[in-house]
Amino acid sequence: MDVLTPRSLDEALRLRAAHPDALPIQGGTDLMVDLNFDRRRPEALLNLNEVAELKGWSRENGVVRLGAGLTYTDAMSAKLAALLPAFSEASRTVGSPQIRNRGTIGGNLGTASPAGDALPPLLISECEVELQSVRGERRLALESFLIGPKRNALAPDELILAVRVRGGLGTQTFMKVGPRNAMVIAVVSLALGVDRERGVLSAAFGSAAPVATLVTAALDDVDSFPEQVAAAASPIDDVRGTGAYRRHALRVLVARALERCLTR
Amino acid sequence: MSRVMPGTEARLGWIGESVRRVDGIPKTTGEFEYASDLQVAGMLWGHTLRSPYAHARVRAIDLSGALSVAGVHAVLTHSDVPGRKTYGLEFQDQPVLAIDRVRYFGEPVAIVAAEHPEQARRAAERIVVDYEPLVPIVDPERATESEPLHPDPESHVSDHYLRDPRPNVLRTMRIIHGDPDARGDVVVEGTYELGSQDQAFLGPESGLAVPDGKGGVDVYVATQWLHVDREQVAPCLGLPEEQVRIHLAGVGGAFGGREDLSIQIHAALLALHTSRPVKMVYNRQESFSGHVHRHPARIRAEHRATRDGRLVCVQMRILLDGGAYASSSTAVTANATSFACGPYAVPNALIETMSVFTNNPPCGAMRGFGAVQTCFAAEAQMDKLAQALEIDPVELRLLNALGTGDTLPTGQRITSSLPVAEVIRRCAALREPDPEELPRAAIRLPGGAGNTTRGEGVKRGVGFAVGFKNIAYSEGFDDSCAARVRLHEDGSAEVHCAAAEVGQGVTNVILQVARTELATDDVRIAPVTTAAVGSSGSASASRMTWMASGAVRDACRAALVEREARGGGEVDVERVYRHRRTAPLDPETGQVGELPAHVAFACAAMKVIAEVDVELGLTRVVWIGTAQDVGKAVNPQAVEGQIEGGTAQGLGLALMEEIQTRDGLITNASFTDYLIPTALDVPPIVSELVEHPEPDAPYGVKGVGEPPTVVSTAAIVAALRDATGRELARVPVRPDDIVGLQ
Repeated sequence: MDVLTPRSLDEALRLRAAHPDALPIQGGTDLMVDLNFDRRRPEALLNLNEVAELKGWSRENGVVRLGAGLTYTDAMSAKLAALLPAFSEASRTVGSPQIRNRGTIGGNLGTASPAGDALPPLLISECEVELQSVRGERRLALESFLIGPKRNALAPDELILAVRVRGGLGTQTFMKVGPRNAMVIAVVSLALGVDRERGVLSAAFGSAAPVATLVTAALDDVDSFPEQVAAAASPIDDVRGTGAYRRHALRVLVARALERCLTR
Repeated sequence: MSRVMPGTEARLGWIGESVRRVDGIPKTTGEFEYASDLQVAGMLWGHTLRSPYAHARVRAIDLSGALSVAGVHAVLTHSDVPGRKTYGLEFQDQPVLAIDRVRYFGEPVAIVAAEHPEQARRAAERIVVDYEPLVPIVDPERATESEPLHPDPESHVSDHYLRDPRPNVLRTMRIIHGDPDARGDVVVEGTYELGSQDQAFLGPESGLAVPDGKGGVDVYVATQWLHVDREQVAPCLGLPEEQVRIHLAGVGGAFGGREDLSIQIHAALLALHTSRPVKMVYNRQESFSGHVHRHPARIRAEHRATRDGRLVCVQMRILLDGGAYASSSTAVTANATSFACGPYAVPNALIETMSVFTNNPPCGAMRGFGAVQTCFAAEAQMDKLAQALEIDPVELRLLNALGTGDTLPTGQRITSSLPVAEVIRRCAALREPDPEELPRAAIRLPGGAGNTTRGEGVKRGVGFAVGFKNIAYSEGFDDSCAARVRLHEDGSAEVHCAAAEVGQGVTNVILQVARTELATDDVRIAPVTTAAVGSSGSASASRMTWMASGAVRDACRAALVEREARGGGEVDVERVYRHRRTAPLDPETGQVGELPAHVAFACAAMKVIAEVDVELGLTRVVWIGTAQDVGKAVNPQAVEGQIEGGTAQGLGLALMEEIQTRDGLITNASFTDYLIPTALDVPPIVSELVEHPEPDAPYGVKGVGEPPTVVSTAAIVAALRDATGRELARVPVRPDDIVGLQ
């Protein structure tokens, strides 16, 4: 198996176009598990970890741009926590320190798992995904980018550059349910935001539908919101939990998150 | 210049001193060589093709595709096994490689050796096995009404077992004690269930086989008992035992899961076939099929007591799912039966246990060995009884506590140490922290790093449990341990003992005993191998400290005597230590004859404080206090380590660990989906070491590895019941059970 390691974004895009079968790897916390377990044997890997343009984050006119190479450890910084509290809290729930040092936002979007921890908090922050190829650049709403369980709208020659989210959108929180107290894949997760200025409640959940799903309502709908979110879920039974429990937990989480955000 | 193992320089210790593990620093820094790190020039890599079915007939195997893969040196099936085609710890019922039938998911069918592990894997994919899938037996309740999985009805029979002609019975055992119809004033009943737990050792099965060029083979492997490996490996290779040498390679945890063979015969076959060294390492997924697990159990219990709280009668029916092959199921059955009632004086009892064959993953030895399952049921029953009688649960246990001079339901009189009342009192006296003394950060609440509560829905519960089990092998097994001591002219000493260091700290024990006996710090331990010393018996059954202490002590003393007699010079002495004899129980009544069935016992009491988010069904154990009967702590720090680790393993069974199957296929064979406790799940553990010397044991020692695991599952679930008011009759307790979704 070849490993292609571009040193710049231009080189990365050219390699991506020339080797559409080369699997992009950014961080590798999902992909390396698949390789170790002999579940995947791609012809080649396109190693994006050395592309400086994908790292870090910036802020302009209330829009926060998170590079695809941003790690969960980066996301837990105080500055980002102040702008994107739910996203930062979600990052703290990911794996162990070693995994958080390695795992990236770009990787989470690339895997597009319904359990992806970064996805619900991004969904409640009006998230757009920046995609680029040698043909040019396009932006997609995150809802349109996530098209199914572990499926996204990335074209074979495209790379995920960054996500753009709106910072400082009212109060937010993130919660994740798992059967042990750290290092779990979400049995069900919830990001919730209360935007008093615009009078909007937004909730996005993970692991309770084929894709992470956004639900919004008017601020007046606080009382019915837990039920509304639970009703939007279509959870299944699997080795991590039952569908009935996921729906139940979602109701409890939404009520608690509302309480947390409204009293803050 | 002293000749000591690396790491021992830091601090030497004699018996009773807390000393640093000799392998502690190398393991922490990554320098320790585990079996998976073994390398030798020119070695090939072995790989195992495993059954994708839980039950199927094997009609044909076509190897041609695999043999044509570049780099492949050998592709072997059952027809290439030169000696006996089957092996096993108690019955030789497990094929080295599947013959005409596979009986469990992951059963080895063929093995490949290639230059590179990837070539071996790709070659294995090209082996074409013509399977005819058969309906798997997955419900142990229905096993005795199904077609026999092992067609020869005589294949699993022993004179010491009750005859039970029904199909798929592994062992039926019965204890009839006193009058099982004796009535009490109060009766409590319950049905309990335990899922299958995995040992989840971090070092997967691995080893290296090296042909010696003279027809024999050296196998370097992570195992628990070198000599019993050799006993099983040699006949399958068609070799005399002298031509097979087993050497201990670095063991990354065992917990019973390395009692059965894994790579030993396969790697040796490939090495002898190719005349090249062959290394095998299972990956994590494969490891879940590479060793036996803890028996899942269903237990029906009825306890009868007088109005003032004295047990009158216990009736229990225990069903253990043994999976596809016998492994050590018959001994686990005996233990579950023997310790079913818990450490209480029970004048009348009827205990009936049956273990059965199914097409589920095979079960065998795991820390606690049958006593974990029954302790969970018996202690839940004691709490129910306390509630029905309105007696404090600790008082009820004290009232019925077994002690020296009392009689077990098997009729065995306890002549040695068993301070049940004392461990209960000392544990109960441990002061648990008040809620305000605990760290209250959100991450320390149920749900932990998931940030699910700031206190909403959280209730606190207290649980208490007591458990006991046997030390060393039982039922007439000739249990021995050899040690060999060489005294050199320069005053230094070398100890040979085949005791497997599986992380429990037996290396330190051996050094401490030898230093104490020889009155010198200058002692080194020789490599652990069948080539230099007799059998040590297994690093199992909480026996290794006792047995190795006895053997090393006797060999040291004999060596000193011999040096004295010779007036100095080099001395080389081997001695074999045996504990007192035991005998099988009567197959009809489960009663002892003249000899006891068990050598000795150890007990532990545990108090648990748990917090439960009753709305989300999430838990956090916040504090554990325990008092354990340890005889004499050779290395108190190591004993505390065993207590903490053993408790954590029981916590795993209580709260999260279960091998899940569908139609016999394992559905969570990874550490992503088979969860074990993290540092956020295991609370601080306060350990009281109760030292009542065991009269029959060297220095008064007892084994310490299993009692914490026996008791902690029961104690933790008791705390959850107290917090939730729910019955919680099944472990691991699921969030659904706590919130009441069924």
